[in-house]
Formats: sequence, structure tokens, C-alpha cells
Amino acid sequence: MALTQTELRTLEQMAWQVRRDIIDVTVWAGGAHIGSGLSMVDILVTLYFHILNVDPANPDKPDRDRMVVSKGHGGVGYAPVLARKGYFDFETLKTFNQFNSPFGMHLDGRKVRGVDVSTGSLGHGLSMALGLALGARLRNESWYTYCLLGDGECNEGSVWEAAMAAAHFKVTNLVTIVDRNRLMIDGGTEEVMGVEPFADKWKAFGFITKEIDGHDFNQICQAVTEAHAEERAPVLIIANTKKGSGVDYMEDNVKWHYGSMDSTLADQARASVDKRFNRVN
Amino acid sequence: MAEEVTGTTWTVYDANSMTQAEIYGHVLCELGEENPDIVGLSADLAKSTKIGLFGDRFPERFFNVGIAEQNMFGVAAGLAKAGLLPFVSTMAAFTSMRACEQVRTDICYQNLDCKIIATHGGISFGTAGSTHNATEDLAIMRAMPNMTVIVPADGIETANAVRACVDHPGPVYIRVGRGFEPTYYETEDYGFEIGKAVELSPGTDITIIACGVTVLQAAEAARVLKAEDGLSVRVLNLHTIKPLDEAAILRAVTETRRIITFEDHSVIGGLGTAVADVIAASGKGCAFEKVGIPDEFSLVGYPEDLYAHYKLDTNGIIDRVRAVMGKDFEEDENWDDEV
Ligand SMILES: Cc1ncc(C[n+]2csc(CCOP(=O)(O)OP(=O)(O)O)c2C)c(N)n1
Repeated sequence: MALTQTELRTLEQMAWQVRRDIIDVTVWAGGAHIGSGLSMVDILVTLYFHILNVDPANPDKPDRDRMVVSKGHGGVGYAPVLARKGYFDFETLKTFNQFNSPFGMHLDGRKVRGVDVSTGSLGHGLSMALGLALGARLRNESWYTYCLLGDGECNEGSVWEAAMAAAHFKVTNLVTIVDRNRLMIDGGTEEVMGVEPFADKWKAFGFITKEIDGHDFNQICQAVTEAHAEERAPVLIIANTKKGSGVDYMEDNVKWHYGSMDSTLADQARASVDKRFNRVN
Repeated sequence: MAEEVTGTTWTVYDANSMTQAEIYGHVLCELGEENPDIVGLSADLAKSTKIGLFGDRFPERFFNVGIAEQNMFGVAAGLAKAGLLPFVSTMAAFTSMRACEQVRTDICYQNLDCKIIATHGGISFGTAGSTHNATEDLAIMRAMPNMTVIVPADGIETANAVRACVDHPGPVYIRVGRGFEPTYYETEDYGFEIGKAVELSPGTDITIIACGVTVLQAAEAARVLKAEDGLSVRVLNLHTIKPLDEAAILRAVTETRRIITFEDHSVIGGLGTAVADVIAASGKGCAFEKVGIPDEFSLVGYPEDLYAHYKLDTNGIIDRVRAVMGKDFEEDENWDDEV
């Protein structure tokens, strides 16, 4: 089902807001995984503001959908999404990284409202998401589990152990999305440790795969809707993205996996994000 | 520019401009020139751990396996079996926990010559939170048969340890911090020897035993305690947690009767526990306290703030030493009767 014009506008507005927020938080935090965070903004915004059945006023409601951000280092991108959704006041992110803050680089589910699963060590998320999905199925509950993986993260053997098991157990209440920005820390994914042919690997493990533009709200939305309808096998959505998306000097630049900005760079980043937003309007 | 520094000895000037990990990277390059069997491995952290310097110099002898730590340590074991001398680097958390069984079973069980330099130890990467902290690694590594465990005080001691581990048989675990810790040593020639504690200051009232980032803080605390409290504080840099310099600990037991340990690690299973074992087995009374991260997941924060919170900075050490000075121990001059 295509997004209405109003829905699309809402998502675009939110994606702009969150990008601006990520810049602020990176400045407050003294440095952050900004490229990684920006890369997944449109995916998380679509999920949180169009798809997920969650209630920030009641973060533990039993029938909520579960979200596992397996690329936990994207915390700087995830936290503003949760704040804008209403889980906590955006201003509290000013404490990011500081002594005894609830917010460190990798969000801690015991401390941050709205975070279902603590992540940060790569390659854990899909297994936990699979456990959640199996649990929901066992208890006849209708909520979905969503898992967002990094593409470099897919080097970890545990990702493939989980993939094998998800297909084996025919888990169809799980939607797995890979943020395919083609970069990790030491370089490009294909240069450091090639994952291609990526879709074929997932297919061989028993997944149904879909490939989309991970910055296109309609495509994200449609792929997830199709995944919901799929009853034969688990679905893997390869979302092609740009690391650093929205900030021109960070886009596709491996140096901005993690970084800090002085006020000039931050202003430049804001201007770049604003320009992008005006263009889509 | 740190990258351009060459030469075979490291001084405080280099150490102040380079992180422990950078010094490690440079020393490994030098060793690589001398020894063609040395190979390097990392798991998408070549840059962060600085083993990438070796990779740049010897690309054909360097394997970046991607984000796959278990595979990396298994591959390292295979390389060692093939007659090469692997140096393996990723963060301490992923070394000791993600790849724990590969390290234990593939490397230690087979007693392979494999040198592990693990970075971001303890809470030195405090803003990253518990997924990246390694406050259990010393306990884990210490429990593995055949493993040697070293926690260098600073960059200069890291250089010494990395050089020394080449000729030290079997697996070696060298744990360094994130890298921005200030240095204690000014030059390399202070007699570093694996398994031998270094006495930084003599003393008769109490012995502080430290390793890693707490060494510098302990030395400073000892100076303050002497000036302000008139205390004679012995400070030991116990850089090798295993094998342990039991003689140095036993001397401290008999000569100072009070011992306090400081480590960037859980109070369970690390330096303090190792020292406590020796004290307990000695059968001698001794006022004792171990200071480290309590049995909890650390708070988030910059390392300086966390070290202050957990009493691992100079002020914290002074505070705890004063507390232990107030503790009683069984006065018994005739220890010969005891077990
Ligand atoms: C088990 C583990 N190993 C290493 C790291 C360090 N690390 C953090 S992010 C990262 C690269 C992640 O790349 P990718 O999954 O492609 O995510 P991106 O940031 O590119 O979206 C690495 C190696 C980690 N967090 N966990």
C-alpha cells in the first residue's frame, strides 16, 4: 500500500528532524557513530512512525512490536527516533556519553525507555530477534519482531547461525532488514571481507529476499508490508543506503563511521541536511 | 607526526604523543622487519587497535578477517600450527568473551605461540558502555592454562611487553587501554621482565599493588600520602598477572602487613583476586583490600570520571589507602608458628 501524500510528508519531516538531532547529539556527545546513525534514519523513521505498533506512553505494553537494532553502535541515530516518538524528552540527550548518563554509544535497554534489547556487540541481534519471534509464535501472539543488521555485521558467523535457524523454524513473524551501506570501519565491505553475492547467500540460507532503496519511504514501507504477508519463509530486506546519508561530506565516506565535529563542521552538516529537506519539498 | 617516528627505543616523548596502541603498532612493525614469521590479524579494527600499521608495512602478512572474531582466533591458531607467529588484535571484550573458546581451546589448549594484544581494556572506553567494556577479561584469561597475562602500565611498558612476548613461549595476552592514558615511565630501560613485579617506591607501612592505568595514579598517591600523612608506601607495578610474582607479594605481606590492590577490572578474578590467593595461602595475617569495578556493569561516562567514581584515580587511591591504614590486622611477631 503506497503512502499517502500526507504520510510521506510526515516521514520526510521526521527524517529531516532526526538528522538534525543526530548532528546535535554528536556535538553534545563529543563524537559518535554519526555515519552509521545517519545511514539508518529512514528505515527507523518508517518503522517507528508508520509501521510499528508501539506506545511510548506504555513502553512495555505486552502486544507491542519488538525492535532489535542489532547494529547497536547506531545509538546516536536510534536515540533521537525514540525521543521524537515520545519515549523521553529530546533534551535529555544532552547528557549523552556523560558520567552516569542513561545514554552511551550503545543503548542500554535497562536505562533507555523504548529499547527492547541491549545491543552493541555485533552479531547478537538476529538471534535475540529470532527468540522473540519464536516466543510470540509459541504464545499465539500477533506482534512482529523487527531486526536491523549492519552489512559488515553480517561477517559474524552468529548472524548466519540465526539465519539458518530462522529458516529452519519457518519463522515468518520476523522482519530482518540489512542496512546495506557497503562500508564498515576499515574500509568497504567488499574490500575488507566481501559479503557478495549477498542476496544469494540469504536465499541459500532459506530466506526470501527483497532489495530496496533504503532511503525511499515508499519502498521501505512496501517491502515490510510484503514481508508481513509472506507465509512461506522468513524475509530479508536488503536496504541499499548511503553511510552518512544527508550530510554531503560524510556520504559514502568511511572516515565518518565515527567522528566528532567542531562548530563549523556541524553547521556545514546542518546546512547540508536542510538543503536536502528543502529539495524534497 | 606519530606515524613517522622510527627507531627501536621509545621514550616519554613518543609515549606522550602516541597511544599505547600506536606504540604497539610501531613496535610490531620493527619486530616484523626482524622476524619474517610474524603475521598480523584483526577483525575490522585494524585502525582502532593500530595493528593496521603492521598491515600497511607488510600487507601480505596481514589478514583482516572482517567482523568475525571467533574465526580470527581460529585462523591464528592454524597459522601458528603452520609455523608462523601470529599477533592478533581486537578489543579486549571481543577477545575474551566473543572468541573465548577459540582462545582457550584452539590456542591455549594446544599451547600455541600466539600473541594477543587486546585494546580498550577495562572501562577505558567508558562512553561505549557495557557491550564494549572488558571488566572480566583478566579473570577469564587468567583461568586459561598456558596463558600469560600482562597489563602494561603505559605505552612504554607496552613496547617492552610486546617485544618480550616474542621470545616468551606459548600464548600471551597483553591488555592495553583505549590509548589516551598518561604515561608513567620515561624510558624503556627499567628492567622489564615478564613475571617480575617492579617496585616503584620502597615502603614499610602499606603496599599498593597496581597494574595498567592505575600504576601512575598509585605512584602519585604514594607521594601525596608520604607528604601529607607521613606514610611509607611501597608501590608495586604488577604488570604480569600470570605467572604471578608471588615472592614480591609475600615480601609485601611480611614487610608491610597491609596490602591494597587497584585495577581497571572487576574485583572478581583479576589482579586483586590473584594477590588475595597468595596472601591466603601464606597463612599470614594481613590487612587487605581490593579495589576495582564492583560486581556490576559499569556506569557510562568518560574514563576519567569513571576512574574517579570507582576510586581508581589518585584521590580515590589515597582515600582507600587511608581506610586500610585504619584497619586492624592480627599482631603476631612470631609467624614461624603459623601454617
Ligand atoms: C563483535 C563486535 N566486533 C567489533 C565491533 C566494533 N565495531 C563497531 S561498528 C563496526 C563496523 C560495523 O559495520 P557495519 O555492520 O557495516 O555497520 P555500519 O556502521 O557500516 O552501518 C565494528 C567492527 C563490535 N561493535 N562488535
